[in-house]
Amino acid sequence: MATQALTTTVRRQGRALAGTGGRTAALFLVPFFAVFAIAMIAPVIYSLVLSFHSQQKSGLGFGEAKTVFVGLENYVQVFQSETFVEGIARLGLYCLIYIPCMVGGAVVFALLLDATVAKARKLFQLLVFLPHAVPGVIAALIWAYLYTPGISPLVQALQGGGIQINFLDAHMVLPSIVNIGVWEWTGYNVIILFTALQAVPREILEAARVDGAGEIRAAISIKFPLILPALSVIMLFTIIGTLQLFTEPSIISKATASVTSTWVPNLWAYDAAFIRHNLNQAAAASIIIAGLAAVLSLAVTRLSSRMNKS
Amino acid sequence: MSASTLPRPRTTPDTATSRRTGSRFNGSRSGRGSSNRGGGFASKLTVNGLLIIGSAYMVVPVLWLAFASTKNAADLYGTSAYALGNFSLFENIANVARQDGGLFFRWLGNSVMYAGVGAVLGSLISVMAGYAFDKFQFRWKDSLFGFVLVGVLIPNTATVLPMYLLASLVGMTNTIWAVLIPVLCNPFGVYLARVYSASYVPAETLEAARMDGAGPIRSFFSLGLPMMMPGYITIALFQFVGVWNNFMLPLVMLQDQQLLPVSVGISIWQGYSVPQPEFTPMVITGSLLSIIPLLVAFIMLQRFWKSGLTAGSVK
Repeated sequence: MATQALTTTVRRQGRALAGTGGRTAALFLVPFFAVFAIAMIAPVIYSLVLSFHSQQKSGLGFGEAKTVFVGLENYVQVFQSETFVEGIARLGLYCLIYIPCMVGGAVVFALLLDATVAKARKLFQLLVFLPHAVPGVIAALIWAYLYTPGISPLVQALQGGGIQINFLDAHMVLPSIVNIGVWEWTGYNVIILFTALQAVPREILEAARVDGAGEIRAAISIKFPLILPALSVIMLFTIIGTLQLFTEPSIISKATASVTSTWVPNLWAYDAAFIRHNLNQAAAASIIIAGLAAVLSLAVTRLSSRMNKS
Repeated sequence: MSASTLPRPRTTPDTATSRRTGSRFNGSRSGRGSSNRGGGFASKLTVNGLLIIGSAYMVVPVLWLAFASTKNAADLYGTSAYALGNFSLFENIANVARQDGGLFFRWLGNSVMYAGVGAVLGSLISVMAGYAFDKFQFRWKDSLFGFVLVGVLIPNTATVLPMYLLASLVGMTNTIWAVLIPVLCNPFGVYLARVYSASYVPAETLEAARMDGAGPIRSFFSLGLPMMMPGYITIALFQFVGVWNNFMLPLVMLQDQQLLPVSVGISIWQGYSVPQPEFTPMVITGSLLSIIPLLVAFIMLQRFWKSGLTAGSVK
């Protein structure tokens, strides 16, 4: 019957499929929107509500705590918290180091992989993608050991060369965590950019070659502009991903005291909820993180659509 | 960062609909690259040398893990990193298996269960929704799809704490449902499914099936879904990895060690190993054991993850 169905002539092209109106669509959409409501909408609304309230104990602090509407007070408190502001600043610094290193590295590697002289492309793609199969927890653990003197071949080799570096001290720990992120995500983005490069029409590159452009020239002035759309998508999701920074610092924090329990905003929120037991502030912090994601992704989308137009 | 429950999404909302056409699988150029034009020996050496250095950076830490897991605590701190000390891999594995009555394998099983259910069921939910967005006409279609895209952009870690509070309101924390239900939600999967549905399932086929008397549900399961199977597998693969890697959600939701996935379990062991270094070989061996299933899956399913990465970002 399937083959017969495939060969039947279709007369009513262009019309919406009959019997596919609201009720059928609902059948297909309800499961998704049910979990979406539980996992996305409800948490956002609930944390909005929480963030405008506060638990206040009466009089001397005895008796039941009362929930009181406090307006924006939680947000004010979060922003007045020195540790939260430091966490935001640290996250900003992290982005400033991480994004150029990771995205730049991915672009360079993808262009190298696309160069005519590159060998064994499939093998390199597989190797470079390998870290993506390693969960963030394990990646952070591996690097935590590679940073620990006594166990790490890296520290040992550097010492052999006369260089003394403590990767986990207060100054180095941020770049050290950046390195974990770079290790985890560069290969993933290399594959995306490489695929975008593979879609660059051959004729254009051929024409450039006829005009005398060398391989490097072609890479910079032809290939790179053509992968800008893919690059702006990568930027968008890299920024959203960076705001979620939690796993790596929380693993590293067990290996060194340089990473405090409020090191980045997500850790701050976790600490507020489970250590300080101030759920309202934790909710406010979650909303701030989501708001930051919204603002930044809007900015990146605007910027990239302007770039693509010009 | 990697605590997200989905592979990081690859699309911008405003271009979502314009990207719905075209096959996702024939992106590769044949011919170019096999020729040797314009490549002297020096440039060949430079390019491939840099590729080798870059790949080494990616591979060496994993190799270190493999070497380190063959060592006992004394050798770990005593011998040089890539030398084989006393080969204690099996002893380490035995120790991992013995600890707390085989708790580690319980964790592995939990991870497989969370990630497996999340991948198979979650992707089916996403594929159904994406298919409906592509093939059906209904009211508020665009605004509903807008919701989905906003969902793609909300950082998962921002919803974890409020989700925990909601779950504790209804007494669901510390149950498998607290992890299983949230991981079913994959807005990016819906977006991908819409792309796949547009490129793999011709409307004519469905129309023909309808004229033969098949209802929309029947034609989805007997025509649409089989045609979208490569897309379904891709979405499922990425969701599997996303759930397997998830850390913050189970960390927050679960207290009972019997329910933990391996990611959280290993991090607890790491906590033990700070005061008790004899735990270190178990942390390392456990880490190795926990990445082997994913490594194997990735190597075997290369075709799918490559196409999945392509679908979201390349026109």
